[in-house]
Amino acid sequence: MGNQNKNNGIYMDHIAASPVRREAVEAMIPLLRDGFGNPQSVHARGQRAAEVLGRAREQVASLVGADPWDVVFTSTGSEANNLALKGIAPARKKKSNRIIVSAVEHISVLSPARTLSKDGFELVVLPVDGYGFVSPARLAAELEKCAALVSIVHANTEIGTIEPIEELAAICRKADVPFHSDAWGTAGVIPIAAAKLGVSALTIAAQNFGGPPGAAALILPRGTPARALIEGGVQERGLRAGQENIPAIAGMGVAAELASKEMETTAAHCKAVRDALITRLPVEIADVIATGHPETRLPNHASFCVKYIEGEGMLLFLDQMGIMAASGSACTSKSLKGSYVLEALGLDAATAQGSIVFTMGPEARLEDVDTIISTMKPVVTRLREMSPLYKRK
Amino acid sequence: MALYSDKVMDHFMNPRNVGEIPHADGVGEVGNPVCGDMMTFYIKVKNDRLEDVKFKTFGCGAAIAVSSMVSEMAKGKTLDEAMKITNESVAEELGGLPKNKMHCSNLGADALHVAIENYRSKKSPAPAKEKSAAEEAEAVTCPFCDATLEESGPPMCQSCQISFENCPECGKLASSKDKLCPHCGAEIASKDKG
Repeated sequence: MGNQNKNNGIYMDHIAASPVRREAVEAMIPLLRDGFGNPQSVHARGQRAAEVLGRAREQVASLVGADPWDVVFTSTGSEANNLALKGIAPARKKKSNRIIVSAVEHISVLSPARTLSKDGFELVVLPVDGYGFVSPARLAAELEKCAALVSIVHANTEIGTIEPIEELAAICRKADVPFHSDAWGTAGVIPIAAAKLGVSALTIAAQNFGGPPGAAALILPRGTPARALIEGGVQERGLRAGQENIPAIAGMGVAAELASKEMETTAAHCKAVRDALITRLPVEIADVIATGHPETRLPNHASFCVKYIEGEGMLLFLDQMGIMAASGSACTSKSLKGSYVLEALGLDAATAQGSIVFTMGPEARLEDVDTIISTMKPVVTRLREMSPLYKRK
Repeated sequence: MALYSDKVMDHFMNPRNVGEIPHADGVGEVGNPVCGDMMTFYIKVKNDRLEDVKFKTFGCGAAIAVSSMVSEMAKGKTLDEAMKITNESVAEELGGLPKNKMHCSNLGADALHVAIENYRSKKSPAPAKEKSAAEEAEAVTCPFCDATLEESGPPMCQSCQISFENCPECGKLASSKDKLCPHCGAEIASKDKG
């Protein structure tokens, strides 16, 4: 839909989809064209594919400070989250049937957790404060009783707040409970040292750092018990049967290596744009509140609620004017349900409907902030004039 | 393919009849911000005809387009004719709506009908009382706004002004006026929706 616009408009929906790095595409094309091969094959062609896979495993591991052995390639971040929840918790059921997650997990963590709770597990959902932070003290208190698994997102992509996972992981390690963190929003964006943190499992996805869709991984170090989600072959230590998507994985590896090198520069660049948006938008447009923590947040993420109007209307207008953003409003979600993440922050339902999220990439410019604000002003005014809620404030 | 048809986008970008009518003859308000959409319709009636129709809407592109289309369809019609505007005819005039947005079109015609009923109840209060007594009947929670529905009678959400029945496919509550279930898209064909 927005592909042509993407070249001449302002694209600030990188969390939804991000352009694939040219270098990654160039690594993939020869593999798609005539570089086929099954890493399980004994012959030279198969072994060449195994080498490609091994190299990508090293590149991806290096991005998040893990051992190459730890990398279990999956197709998507959602699959990795499912593998973490449905793979680890049942393998630990003899020790405990409790699963602890936060109220701001991605739906691909919450859904499998809820499914497990119908299957004999007890689900504990930790509340968050107004910024979206999980309380380490609260987790420690919950872990006075044993648990099968704790899963807390590194940074929720609707509000951008970065959770204190170092502290949370240490609490879990002390209690001898596996700690999974869904890091698909942070991996390749901010530094992560998985081994140093002592996480038991970490979800990452190629799309968030310029890799192709269809490649992601669960970092699953030795010592984390897990069962396979897809059973069959021996691929990925038997945890993920099925022939590996070699071209996509190779692309992910190249993107991971580039992200490792450029992360600091890109983050600093995006952060300037992010901070300009966060400081200016709520001042220049009345009744706009920034959501999430203003500083301890993804460097490429600015999120707001615009009062008295609904998010989808804003997105449609902005799209017509060449600005692409996202929203967590009920109307933009296919399920027509309001955002449980904004609700968890304590925002009222009407305010949460005005959610708008900007996520930027290296092409973002400071001038874009001027354009966004000058475009948004009349759009917001117009939608407010139409809104029966506006006068009632 | 775009999310919405050109006609929906036109009515969304250039909505007709936005606003309020001071001292309106009838006002109809349906939905609430919790479910994502809220519409208020204002009508001016002359010789049993809708001389003017205006609306204010909080909601998505579909909700705004539907409000605009309903106002355009209703203007100039007699009250009885306007009461016959159905959610389906609004969606049809708009060149179709995505399955999960069909409930927006329900709100549009409902808001107009509530405004007409409001006008009629002002003229002859007795039947209106009967109506509101019938409307008090409830059950469980509204799938759109989560308001608790009251115990007896057919399920009906007071805040959204929608009455419900269970979808034969997925069992979830769908508006009685829906032809298609807003949850699973299945046809709710059991009875005539005229």
